[in-house]
Amino acid sequence: MNQIPVIISRLSESFLINCRLFVLTLVFSLPLGLLIAFGSMCRFKPLRWLVRTFVWIIRGTPLMLQLIIIFYGPGLLGMSMTWPNGDAGRFTAATVAFVINYACYLSEIYRGGIESIPKGQYEAGQVLGMTKGQIFFKVTLLQVVKRILPPVGNEVITLVKDTSLARIIANKEIIMMAGEYSSKGLIWPLFATGVYFLIFIGVLTVLFDYLEKKLSYFHA
Amino acid sequence: MSVLEVKDLGKRFDTLQVLHGISFSLEKGEAIAIIGSSGSGKTTLLRCLNFLEKPDKGTIIVNNNVIFDAMDAATQKESEVRKKRLHFGLVFQNFNLFPQYTVLKNVTLAAEMLAKERPDYKQNKKAILEGIQENGKRLLSQVGLSDKLDYYPHQISGGQQQRVAIARALALEPDILCFDEPTSALDPELTGEVLKVIRNLAERNTTMIIVTHEMNFARDVADRIIFMDEGVIVEQGKPQEVFDNPKEERTKQFLARYTEGK
Ligand SMILES: Nc1ncnc2c1ncn2[C@@H]1O[C@H](COP(=O)(O)OP(=O)(O)O)[C@@H](O)[C@H]1O
Ligand SMILES: [Mg+2]
Repeated sequence: MNQIPVIISRLSESFLINCRLFVLTLVFSLPLGLLIAFGSMCRFKPLRWLVRTFVWIIRGTPLMLQLIIIFYGPGLLGMSMTWPNGDAGRFTAATVAFVINYACYLSEIYRGGIESIPKGQYEAGQVLGMTKGQIFFKVTLLQVVKRILPPVGNEVITLVKDTSLARIIANKEIIMMAGEYSSKGLIWPLFATGVYFLIFIGVLTVLFDYLEKKLSYFHA
Repeated sequence: MSVLEVKDLGKRFDTLQVLHGISFSLEKGEAIAIIGSSGSGKTTLLRCLNFLEKPDKGTIIVNNNVIFDAMDAATQKESEVRKKRLHFGLVFQNFNLFPQYTVLKNVTLAAEMLAKERPDYKQNKKAILEGIQENGKRLLSQVGLSDKLDYYPHQISGGQQQRVAIARALALEPDILCFDEPTSALDPELTGEVLKVIRNLAERNTTMIIVTHEMNFARDVADRIIFMDEGVIVEQGKPQEVFDNPKEERTKQFLARYTEGK
């Protein structure tokens, strides 16, 4: 029964793919979401309409489908070589799909947060001679962050679990790896993957609780 | 010489004409109280003066400079509006303090940011910032809040918050300080402390425009009363004249409603 350490180490290795996808998705989608949020609040109607339609499409279709379209789509349209060959290509395509998907979800959270700040906060800043930038960074930003922290925390936790969807385009993440064992009749590795997710999400939960506490010194 | 001259100011929201050619002037050191029933355009007038709304007619002249002319786009440049609005200070009905900053920081924040635009900021940064701190503390002691410098807005009462808001508006030394019903959002037992601060400002000859429903306060503190109704100035004059001897029928009706216990 010496295969236990081997299986554990292979599961752990494949979980690194989940972790990498998680980190890259956040690094790109957190700022991209803000850009999309500004687009969806833009005073220029055509742009606003375009951005909102795009967000609607991304939020209105399954991430799994988006993964497939982004990975196979370019090839079907005759654009070969969009993605690098092999594992690298599968992983890049998954990252792109995740970034777009999460940026759209986050943009809606940002927009809700920004729009929930009372008009009086902007006006108080204006009356005091502040520039638009000063009002955004010095007056509203921290209030927005405080308000969106809980929903963003939810989104981030969902992302941890969603990373295993990358297996649909054959990224060897942890559930795919465990699946190879279960298809051979060995079921426990699949159950064991739950422990990885639980621990990861446990850490994130503690982190978000900490951040929320940090911002509890004021009411907004 | 008038500090402020407003000529024929008009403002319309879509189809609703809210201000119909408002004209008045304000002398240095004078306090005007604007009274009138709700919906008569008092807030809109103050918001126009503070460039929160753009009038579609009329001019605003401060210290003999035309700072707004509806007919002259050159007076409406976005970049200059920011400087021009510093002639005015505005105290809002619901305070609008910045919740994430302490009482002292609420008062000093804008001054600190304006100081960055000073040419000597880099060389004298420390002295300038210290000066702003000192000024903030002085203003907060003037409104009786020396012991609350490090509190956050949610930790103090509404009356105290409004006093912070007054100190915040004073920090930029506006030529004209505007109040929009500064006590309307307060519990009755808290209005006194705010009115006392404003009264104190009047004694120091602060140039002010006070929109208020506190008739006794207006009579005591204001040098002049303006009564507005449906977007026009119906009557103005010394408090005794307007309150005890109103000339216009609409003024009489309004005051009657107020004296019979609202
Ligand atoms: N932004 C706005 N858009 C449309 N109508 C407005 C707006 N602001 C004020 N009004 C209308 O203008 C009128 C005057 O409002 P306001 O200036 O707030 O009066 P007051 O302060 O004397 O109560 C009211 O009928 C109000 O509904
Ligand atoms: Mg009003």
